[in-house]
Amino acid sequence: MLSQDSTAQIDKELAKYPADQRRAAVMSALRIVQAEQGWLSKEAIADVANYLGIPEIAALEVATFYNMYELEPVGKYKLTVCTNISCLLRDSQEIVEHLESCLGVHCGETTADGKFTLREGECMGACGGAPLLHINNTDMHEFLTPEKIDALLAGLK
Amino acid sequence: MANEVCFRTLDLPNPASLETYRSIGGYETLKRIVTEKVPATEIINQVKISGLRGRGGAGFPTGLKWSFMPRYYDGEKYLVCNSDEGEPGTFKDRDIIRYNPHQVIEGMAIAAYTMGVRTGYNYIHGEIWAEYQIFERALEEARAAGFLGENLFGTNFSFNLFAHHGYGAYICGEETALIESIEGKKGQPRFKPPFPASYGVFGKPTNVNNTESYASIPYIMQHGGQAFQDLGVPNSGGTKIFSVSGHVEKPGNFEIGMGTPFPDLLALAGGVWKGRKLKAVIPGGSSTAVVPADMMMQCTMDYDSISKVGKSSLGAGSVIVMDESTDMVKALSRLSYFYYEESCGQCTPCREGTGWLWRVVRRIAEGKGRPEDLELLTDVSNNISGRTICALGDAAATPVISFIKHFRPEFEYYIEHGRSMLAA
Ligand SMILES: Cc1cc2nc3c(=O)[nH]c(=O)nc-3n(C[C@H](O)[C@H](O)[C@H](O)COP(=O)(O)O)c2cc1C
Ligand code: FES
Repeated sequence: MLSQDSTAQIDKELAKYPADQRRAAVMSALRIVQAEQGWLSKEAIADVANYLGIPEIAALEVATFYNMYELEPVGKYKLTVCTNISCLLRDSQEIVEHLESCLGVHCGETTADGKFTLREGECMGACGGAPLLHINNTDMHEFLTPEKIDALLAGLK
Repeated sequence: MANEVCFRTLDLPNPASLETYRSIGGYETLKRIVTEKVPATEIINQVKISGLRGRGGAGFPTGLKWSFMPRYYDGEKYLVCNSDEGEPGTFKDRDIIRYNPHQVIEGMAIAAYTMGVRTGYNYIHGEIWAEYQIFERALEEARAAGFLGENLFGTNFSFNLFAHHGYGAYICGEETALIESIEGKKGQPRFKPPFPASYGVFGKPTNVNNTESYASIPYIMQHGGQAFQDLGVPNSGGTKIFSVSGHVEKPGNFEIGMGTPFPDLLALAGGVWKGRKLKAVIPGGSSTAVVPADMMMQCTMDYDSISKVGKSSLGAGSVIVMDESTDMVKALSRLSYFYYEESCGQCTPCREGTGWLWRVVRRIAEGKGRPEDLELLTDVSNNISGRTICALGDAAATPVISFIKHFRPEFEYYIEHGRSMLAA
């Protein structure tokens, strides 16, 4: 079941498109539900599809195509480090290695306590601030150094 | 002079606010056009005179594109802004939205008036959530102030504009994939023709332009097309925002006249960092050919010079600077992974070819390259180019071909010795 808060937000998105094009809101609907539940379970995807009145497969297709949807549970904090060219040139590798050693996991893994998931990501369109990372798809942190990472991790409770 | 067009509000307090935008005459141009009923042909003519070419990478003349939209179409038409900036090295649209969102809105509203469109979408890159929110706020401000909505300025012109948030797919920068994505589908490019001007969003005529293209329009219509053209050079009118990243002291965006010598742009970005020497530059985003330092230093930053002198493309003006310590094989390996990861999988040459490219470049970078690998890479690249629905395939092939062309000895050394020649 979608929460009232989620459906209220989805309704706002639906208002952006013609009344007979409810499918157009599927990307934001999935984002909204993921923000609330942490990831997209099969049930959550089906709920979104039902709410929009589209086939489940249409919602599933979107959830699997776009990189920022999570189809498995992730840690409370998902850290995505951009390692594409401009970030690579400014030592994103050092940032990844520092995070891996602080958290004791490799990219793609989640810490045993379920707190952190570490990811490598593609260009975030913010290359001037390299190296950088994203927390839970929303908070961008730029001009990273190992010291800044330490402070950042200490602040994530 | 810098920051004259899209970054007009950059140095003012609260640059993104409606109040700030209005303090520099924002929305006055829209109001004049709509209330004085300036003919669409006159607007398109000014945009043509301005020499504005699409800032999303392909450089197609904006005025000409606008003239393709059916004028007397009975039914809904759409206007789309492409803020899906995901080409590695490109980060200008983010700053336009962050610091001057109202100029994008005004530019889109003028475009909508010109092409007789009532509804628009701005498709914003998934990774820039803060900017998406800034744009949503700007839309609310503009609606409340009567610059968006029904019967604007008491006329029969109506324009409603909405933000659509992407969620992590480079391919959605391609305009027909973006249109599919707005419709709530996987971002897989469509066959062209039909072009968006006849079959776009929800199957209706649609005009797609880049954020910077739209944001240039209020300036053009306020000062005249010629004034904009004069900021640049022939065939490359106006200013351009250059995103400079990589090995420079001060990475960032610089809005300067087209035709500015590359060494001047490099100096604006503080020069090559750590006092090192320049090795190479990718001048227009990761999909454009790499240019060795000596060639790049001869270039001016405009379409013709980058293409004739640099043998590359201006693209989106995304200047990736590499110093003498850069391992070109490793750099290419990362780029090739990107295209492999982002290929939408629709066309076989691209889906399979990008995988081949990445695996072969990676094995060279891991010291396991084979003597025939450079030949193989050239072969695979040639078999992707021109054989796909969209240009992602070419975008994947271009770095491979150009890196090997200009830095072949580095690749050969890796294959022969199993390690980088830079360490030697
Ligand atoms: C793989 C690929 C990615 C693209 N990414 C972008 C992008 O991020 N932003 C953009 O404006 N155009 C991008 N384009 C170009 C668009 O298809 C389209 O030409 C452009 O948005 C038109 O606007 P313009 O004429 O104002 O440049 C991309 C094209 C391809 C093939
Ligand atoms: S390359 Fe990392 S944000 Fe663009």
